[in-house]
Amino acid sequence: MTTKAEAVINWIDERFPLTASIKGHLTEYYAPKNFNFWYFFGSLALMVLVIQIVTGIFLVMHYKPDASLNAAGVPVAFASVEYIMRDVPGGWLIRYMHSTGASAFFIVVYLHMFRGLLYGSYRKPRELIWIFGVLIFLALMAEAFMGYLLPWGQMSFWGAQVIVNLFSAIPVIGPDLSLVIRGDYVVSDATLNRFFSFHVIAVPLVLIGLVAAHIVALHEVGSNNPDGVEIKKKKDANGIPLDGIPFHPYYTVKDIVGVVAFLFVFTAIVFFAPEGGGYFLEFNNFIPADPLKTPPHIAPVWYFTPFYSVLRAVTYPLFGIDAKFWGVVAMGAAVVIIAFLPWLDRSPVKSIRYKGPLFKAILAVFVVAFVILGYLGVLPPTPGRTLVSQICSVIYFGFFLLMPWYSKMDQCKPEPERVNFK
Amino acid sequence: MIKKLLLASVLVPAAVLASGPELHLDKAPVSNDPAALQHGAKLFVNYCLNCHGASYVRYNRLTEIGLSTDAIKDNLMFTAEKVGEQMTIAMRPAEAKAWFGAAPPDLSVIARSRASEFGSGADWLYTYLRTFYRDPARPTGWNNVIFENVGMPHILYELQGEQVAKISEKDDGHGGKAKEITLELAKPGKLSKDEYDKAVGDLVSYLVWMGEPVADKRKAIGKVVLAALAGLFVLSFALKKNYWKDIH
Repeated sequence: MTTKAEAVINWIDERFPLTASIKGHLTEYYAPKNFNFWYFFGSLALMVLVIQIVTGIFLVMHYKPDASLNAAGVPVAFASVEYIMRDVPGGWLIRYMHSTGASAFFIVVYLHMFRGLLYGSYRKPRELIWIFGVLIFLALMAEAFMGYLLPWGQMSFWGAQVIVNLFSAIPVIGPDLSLVIRGDYVVSDATLNRFFSFHVIAVPLVLIGLVAAHIVALHEVGSNNPDGVEIKKKKDANGIPLDGIPFHPYYTVKDIVGVVAFLFVFTAIVFFAPEGGGYFLEFNNFIPADPLKTPPHIAPVWYFTPFYSVLRAVTYPLFGIDAKFWGVVAMGAAVVIIAFLPWLDRSPVKSIRYKGPLFKAILAVFVVAFVILGYLGVLPPTPGRTLVSQICSVIYFGFFLLMPWYSKMDQCKPEPERVNFK
Repeated sequence: MIKKLLLASVLVPAAVLASGPELHLDKAPVSNDPAALQHGAKLFVNYCLNCHGASYVRYNRLTEIGLSTDAIKDNLMFTAEKVGEQMTIAMRPAEAKAWFGAAPPDLSVIARSRASEFGSGADWLYTYLRTFYRDPARPTGWNNVIFENVGMPHILYELQGEQVAKISEKDDGHGGKAKEITLELAKPGKLSKDEYDKAVGDLVSYLVWMGEPVADKRKAIGKVVLAALAGLFVLSFALKKNYWKDIH
């Protein structure tokens, strides 16, 4: 005897793997039971993605990617953002959620990546999950960079001008490449419209595809955990990992706690400090873009500054090519090198819990160097700051490039057979 | 070890900091008292809204600072016909540029754009509007302490009077010389110093309000949202605890 609801489900299941998908990804996906605080940031990143997409859909209803001046002499794009802030009911909330969401996205993603570093989540068999993750990070940077042009303020305009000009440093193809990116000789209406198109259609499609691949790959091999031991090695008579618990309901109810805690902080910023002290919404960006007035100091938004510092740290020309080009190469390498972690780490253990003092010390130095690079990227350069950013850049690359040696040399503790769970 | 390194990360940047001209701003007495905002709106419409527009702001938004539609129509609308219109001006941007060298900026979000590491946008505006001085070398006859060679003349001079500057050089503490400007009131205006400071404070308060009229409402809603989330946190935590009690 089947009920009507069951009959409908059966009808679907004969045509689409509905029940199988729910089982495979939720009710019978066995996750290690010892996830700690650091494991909240994956689900949080997914939630911020949803916030960005939903608020973005509503922003596009009133935003106008138009660099021409209105009757009052203000660029239409800039004025349309203020229209959303003032005349669209609830528009200010949607806009602040979106602008705060951009920074929140990077905060949770940086913490999510750091979790991977702590517990060796990139190690075999999770190399592909990690590579998809690095690609998501790259797509996210492109998404954020192009989105930042849309309000058409001074920082939008000059930030885009500086970054697109970097491409012109590439030998031979550089000048034409930057022309193709801008669609014009300067950042202009053509640039604004193509960035708008990329920001709302192209890059989000890529992002969603990559996120799907990231999760499918994760559910194929199973999650790592703070002990870095494979729970699939110890199974019960039914083939269920002894240290595994169904993702739903256990981690859905746990992640809800994380989501509510995150939303508490997120809405506190949205409602009480939407400018984020000038870091989430830069003060200069309340001045409409003016191609004739270069601001004295052009700072990228905070989430790009560690990599921007690496770029500025390169001050020597090499092989007869401009230092700027090598700066671009260094900046690109700083992101791409993260993808190679699975093959750079030769430690016998995955988790920092069982790694030796050498790795812990080097990781600490790396984190400090990364934070300093981020901090210096906000400030205008001085000889002293350039020297510090050069030292930190060397530390940054040293962390990755020397890993095959120090990870092997380190005195690790033996991994336990089963996960620790109190 | 880790703590020491974290400490170093705080100290090192501090050592390499400090460059660029410093700006000394006076703290603006920003108020959201309706009387102050209304006084500020009156000054704004009478003195600013001739060369500067506030093209994202509609006149009827002023009902939110306690003015009736009729009061707005009778006292504040000099160039607009309908109360739903935006605070625009008749001067066209191209003409403005020809006359002043640069078109006077739209003031809708000026208080937000002028914030910096030296102080809030309100502090900047409050200092700026009080530090104009006579300078015969400038085409307008005016100069400003924190905005050198500004294109704008001292529009409030009939209220403040005319200040003159004593310019001296002093050691900047880094081995160089820094220009120091002290102002003296040479010809008094309609208002005393305290009255003028108060008037500029009201005007700046209005500019801050106009920069984000929704700000007060935003904070009020925020309190409710945070309270709701705090309640939700307790519930979700209890739910999690209940589900997880059989996991050992």
